[in-house]
Amino acid sequence: MTRIGLMHSLIRPEEKLLIREFQTREGVELKLIDDRKLSYNLGKDKFDLDLVLERCINHSRALHALRLFESAGLKCINSSKVATICGDKILTSIHLQEHNIPQPEVRIAFTEESTLQAIEEMGYPVVLKPAVGSWGRLLSKVNDRDAAESILEHKATLGTYHHSIFYIQKYIEKNGRDIRSFVIGDRCIAAIYRSSDHWITNTARGGIAQNCPLTDELKTLSVKAAKAVGGGIVAVDLFETKNGLLVNEVNYTMEFRNSITTTGVNIPELIVDYVLQVAQSGT
Amino acid sequence: MPECPVCGGTVDLKGDTVEGELIACAECGSELEVTGVNPFTLAEAPKEEEDWGE
Repeated sequence: MTRIGLMHSLIRPEEKLLIREFQTREGVELKLIDDRKLSYNLGKDKFDLDLVLERCINHSRALHALRLFESAGLKCINSSKVATICGDKILTSIHLQEHNIPQPEVRIAFTEESTLQAIEEMGYPVVLKPAVGSWGRLLSKVNDRDAAESILEHKATLGTYHHSIFYIQKYIEKNGRDIRSFVIGDRCIAAIYRSSDHWITNTARGGIAQNCPLTDELKTLSVKAAKAVGGGIVAVDLFETKNGLLVNEVNYTMEFRNSITTTGVNIPELIVDYVLQVAQSGT
Repeated sequence: MPECPVCGGTVDLKGDTVEGELIACAECGSELEVTGVNPFTLAEAPKEEEDWGE
């Protein structure tokens, strides 16, 4: 019997699809772990599980829960290392850079003045992003110095301290679409175009998903980006440019509800295959 | 079947509904969380927090 813990908070369509898939497998015992009901007794916890699959909606809970499960000797997908890196855009960019993965120009600064200077050196437009954040929240496309001064003042004055860690990315003109690829282990299994009239193309913000053919460049770069952040099950966001693909972000609790029919790939089936393979392996 | 805590309409839940599941009320569109399955109970879904995401 393989014992899998599925850690969740709200059960969204993705978690429901995974639960249904696990329930079709012989010799698998699935335990649902609601992160809102968890408490740990550090150093004394014994979990009767072979692996925890993390599907939390809160990054901060996922990050710490994974590390606590690992401390208790459990295998986790994804690992706390992957969650740490992918949950922070600065750490993601550092790891992409250290693995020679092409990405848009990125600068980081810690004060309004140094950030403004960095933006002026990069040239407009740029995108200011919170280091921790998702679904396209609080992204600012900064088109000129007036906007930069205003946004930086608002962030520094109204935001909590981590909104004064300024992650600046050169704006890439993506002509209405970007690419989201899905990587499981060593394989890029599918990809979608995310299209929108708005410069933010996240499907959580209304971007429309269409199938994106898997080219050798897309597959290779997606898997390299996944490995750069520690591997596992991740979704890679990429920009198309005349000089090739650039990696924008890597997501460690990927959403795929809009991508199964679109791509024709049974993503939850492949996730469960991988989870069981890792759970049953000796490593 | 349980009532929607927002509009009072009847919410139709399937047999494989699980605790914690996020659903939408067919009548008013509110996002609801299934807080119990035996019997079915519903609450308004939590509001989005700053660290929610992928």
